[in-house]
Amino acid sequence: MTKFLSCTNMTGGYGGEDIIHSCDIEVDKSQIVVIVGPNGAGKSTAMKAMLGMISLKEGNLILDGSDISKLSPQDRVAAGIAFVPQTMNVFSELTVEENLEMGAFLRDDNIQETIGEIYNLFPAMKDKRNQLAGELSGGQRQQVAVSRALMTRPKVLMLDEPTAGVSPIVMKEIFERIITIKNSGVAIVIVEQNAKQALNIADFGYVLVGGENKFSGEGQELLKNQEVRKSFLGG
Amino acid sequence: MENFEFINAIVLLANFVLVPALSYGSQLALATLSLTIVYGVLRFSNFAQADWMSFGTMAAILFAWLFQSIGITAGIFPTALLALPFAIIVTALFCLLIDRSVYSFYRKQKSQPIVLMIVSVGVMFILQAIVRFIIGPNDRKFFDGEKYIIHALDFKNYFGLEEGLTIKSTQLITVIVALIAMISLFYFLQKTKLGKSMRAYSNNEDLALLSGINPEKIVIVTWIISSILITTAGVLYGLDKSFKPFTYFNLLLPMFAAAIVGGIGSPIGAVIGGYVIAFSEITLTYAYKKFFVYLMPEHLEPSGLMQVLSTDYKFAISFIILVIVLIVRPTGIVRGKII
Repeated sequence: MTKFLSCTNMTGGYGGEDIIHSCDIEVDKSQIVVIVGPNGAGKSTAMKAMLGMISLKEGNLILDGSDISKLSPQDRVAAGIAFVPQTMNVFSELTVEENLEMGAFLRDDNIQETIGEIYNLFPAMKDKRNQLAGELSGGQRQQVAVSRALMTRPKVLMLDEPTAGVSPIVMKEIFERIITIKNSGVAIVIVEQNAKQALNIADFGYVLVGGENKFSGEGQELLKNQEVRKSFLGG
Repeated sequence: MENFEFINAIVLLANFVLVPALSYGSQLALATLSLTIVYGVLRFSNFAQADWMSFGTMAAILFAWLFQSIGITAGIFPTALLALPFAIIVTALFCLLIDRSVYSFYRKQKSQPIVLMIVSVGVMFILQAIVRFIIGPNDRKFFDGEKYIIHALDFKNYFGLEEGLTIKSTQLITVIVALIAMISLFYFLQKTKLGKSMRAYSNNEDLALLSGINPEKIVIVTWIISSILITTAGVLYGLDKSFKPFTYFNLLLPMFAAAIVGGIGSPIGAVIGGYVIAFSEITLTYAYKKFFVYLMPEHLEPSGLMQVLSTDYKFAISFIILVIVLIVRPTGIVRGKII
């Protein structure tokens, strides 16, 4: 039984030397998968490969039974994959509400309902709806970034270090919201530096080292694994 | 009589400074808007923009001649206004053709803005050649219809003043058309989905792609809007003064100065910048002698022209403002992008 999104045997890089080698990442609906690993392990590259932002030499990418490996990033967005980049992830010169509208650019139906759902999920967004996204705090901007991605009503949500540069309190809040999103049936893939906290909420985790799958298993399992702890969780 | 002196002085300024600066400023604002929109969305300084203005105006003149030859005129309005929509279509189509054959190649290579800028210089030379080849380098007046709304003589007689105020119909048409164009543009950018997606693409290209915004569509819309604005600006300028390819080319400096003063990439900045440059040019090159003669007691009357700069130096004004702004506030009045 293959998972909802199954990316296997991914090999490739940015044109020069390969950065990821036969890398496998799979995620199911209502599941959080976390990719952790030391710096330069190819975590973000693996995510970009899943999004089609780099061209792979090899790899099978199957979303809900259909092959997406030949699709452009835009077509993958249309197919139901949403991505929240680590930096520059909001339209800073647009208002919060315009950011949401742009997230729903491909949709022709009424988006007010989805906007309402997002304001329920992030109540702070509703108060700031007419403010420019660039004027918000780091944590709020992260909420706008996630909200923009959710506007497509994605089946898979990918987040590249959603907690980079935010305070521990905001980090906790962001993780809580991600769990809420997961419970609504979305498959979630997160690349994280804050490995311990991320693995805590993960249903499944991958440890990448040197562009290869080093360990994989349930979040708690990885947290307990002596080798994983020693190699980069700091004992 | 003291009072009349004062009114005469005001009418004099209105006639020679306020009204001309308002209409020149509106023309410049429209041209600058098109420059700044190309800069904001396509991310390069388009040096061909002034020659797109020539091209568009040439198209309008040709259509106006065609209409006149088959007996169609716009009554009291200039025939060129009737020709404007057709000129816009021709200009936009040619602009898209140039984009497909020239710019799109460099866009696919993800060339640096500086490369695209140099490419636009090439396009500029091509356009100059085409315009001179088709219509020639000479000065052409293509205004027809009712020339004055208020004539100086009537004004003088009516109010019994020494100074008259002239308002040419082209000046009023310029201000009205420019206002309509600006309001529609701002409505488009702020309220419509397509306009918002243009701003989104200008703000953050990668995220726009991730949101499913089609960059090719944005590029096409940008060129069309740019063509509408620049052709309108060119026709209004030509109606007000006259059409000469070299004069139009010389507008490139005021256009860039206006864009940078206002904050390049910012539409509101372009409008502000257009008026700032126009008013500076005209207020600094106007000879105020007569103005002071009205206001000053006889023994204090100035003997010189009371002119800050000769009109020959009007381009120097754009240039000086450009340099000062780049040194003091490189982002411009409304915070724009830094070149």
